[in-house]
Amino acid sequence: MILFGRKLPAMSSLLVWALVWEVIGQLDLTFFIPPLSQVFVTLFGLIQTAAFQNALATTAYAFLIGVGFSVVIGIPIGILMGKTRVLDELLLPWVNIFISAPLTALVPVLMVLFGFGTKTIVITTALFAIWIIILNARAGVLQINRSLIEMGRSFGASPLDAFFKIYLWAVLPEILGGVRIGIIRAVKGVIIGQLLVSIVGFGALFELYASNFLMKEFWAVLIVLFGLAFTLSGFLSYLERKVAFYASSR
Amino acid sequence: MAMSQIDSAAVKTAQPLVDSAVSVRNVSKKYGDVQALKDLSLEFPKGELTSLLGPSGCGKTTLLKIIAGLLPHDSGQIEVGGKTVTGPGPDRAFVFQDFALLPWANVLRNAAFGLELRGVAKSEREAIAEKYIREVGLAGFENKFPHQLSGGMRQRVGLARALSVNAQVLLLDEPFSAVDEQTRRKFQEDMLALVANEKKTFIFVTHSIEEAVYVSDQIAILLPRPSRVSEIIRPTSFRGKGVENIRRDSEYLDIVDEIWASLRSYVE
Repeated sequence: MILFGRKLPAMSSLLVWALVWEVIGQLDLTFFIPPLSQVFVTLFGLIQTAAFQNALATTAYAFLIGVGFSVVIGIPIGILMGKTRVLDELLLPWVNIFISAPLTALVPVLMVLFGFGTKTIVITTALFAIWIIILNARAGVLQINRSLIEMGRSFGASPLDAFFKIYLWAVLPEILGGVRIGIIRAVKGVIIGQLLVSIVGFGALFELYASNFLMKEFWAVLIVLFGLAFTLSGFLSYLERKVAFYASSR
Repeated sequence: MAMSQIDSAAVKTAQPLVDSAVSVRNVSKKYGDVQALKDLSLEFPKGELTSLLGPSGCGKTTLLKIIAGLLPHDSGQIEVGGKTVTGPGPDRAFVFQDFALLPWANVLRNAAFGLELRGVAKSEREAIAEKYIREVGLAGFENKFPHQLSGGMRQRVGLARALSVNAQVLLLDEPFSAVDEQTRRKFQEDMLALVANEKKTFIFVTHSIEEAVYVSDQIAILLPRPSRVSEIIRPTSFRGKGVENIRRDSEYLDIVDEIWASLRSYVE
């Protein structure tokens, strides 16, 4: 954005909203919105407590395993769906159903199937992330230039070479885009899992602060969560930009 | 009327007795119910450039891809250097209409990619690729990426890649159709030098009559429905006269007119 002839750094609009928040908080209009400065003071106190650090560790653990599974399973399934017509016909309706389904409603069923522990939270996280990863990998394979495939064949590429030197790179921009959106969805998934399945991690903190009207703490944890999700998605965006030079000219 | 004219022309152009690099014998190919090629036979003399020319839908690209081993044929036989074609092989290299370069790799890696796939060591393949990058006139662009090059330069990379693998037969699928007219003319002149210097057999698909007559030692006219070779033309007089004189040569002009006369009734 350009203001008064000067280019503003990215995210500077956040400063405007931070200011609005602070003013509303200082006016003391509602208990729901404490001043942002106090939220930050609370935040720095909070992140030093054992309760917060345990919650962070528990959440990060479930999150990373859930995302890990959805990446490791989702990318190959997406690539195979793009390559194999039969598989695509079989799986695509399910992928489309699950990507638009209210997965939260499914969590009680998962609890019956997988119990009340971390396993169910991980599965919930993966279920939130995996569908978009599959769809994007599939879309990436479908748009591979046919003559690149023929080029590989005509110069005698082995299947392994064709996969690692041609397909993977040709699909990488779509895969990274899918993983980035998947990660954002996984943040939702892990918190919803923690709230519904067993009250642990950040989910437990939210539950605790919200039911006791501790809004400063509530907002502090939310800001931490937003910051983490934002950083992860920013890192993926950075990787995407690294391949963007060829993504548009394939 | 047009038909009988072509039939008589086909009779008078019998196959010359020369050493063939590629032989196509009675090849047929169907796409579903559509007969793409029917009982097609054609010889490609060693060290020469043969054009496959015809209206769209005459199966010229299909024939080229069958020779490349990229498409299976239903019946008949293809021989390259005396060996029957069953798939792609190191004796043939393909130049693609849309270049088919790796957009994430620079010019040097793209030109060396055929050798990379054949397991040639990095320093060796890059030395070979550099030589051909110079030969196609791209010296100094080794570290550029395809999106930084014009269409004509991209096709030069495609050409360097095909030359680097040192295949005896080069298959070019409308290689200049995606580049502008002036670049195209320069390419055609360079093709003549390449054919003279490289001692390879070139098979060249084009839909431009002038281009085919300009670059070819032999022109095979393909006609559609069902696809067949209707005529083989071998220009004789203007080959040695220098690139700047060909387009004014009377034989060149006559052949262009003659081919247009046989093709015009097939153009919708």
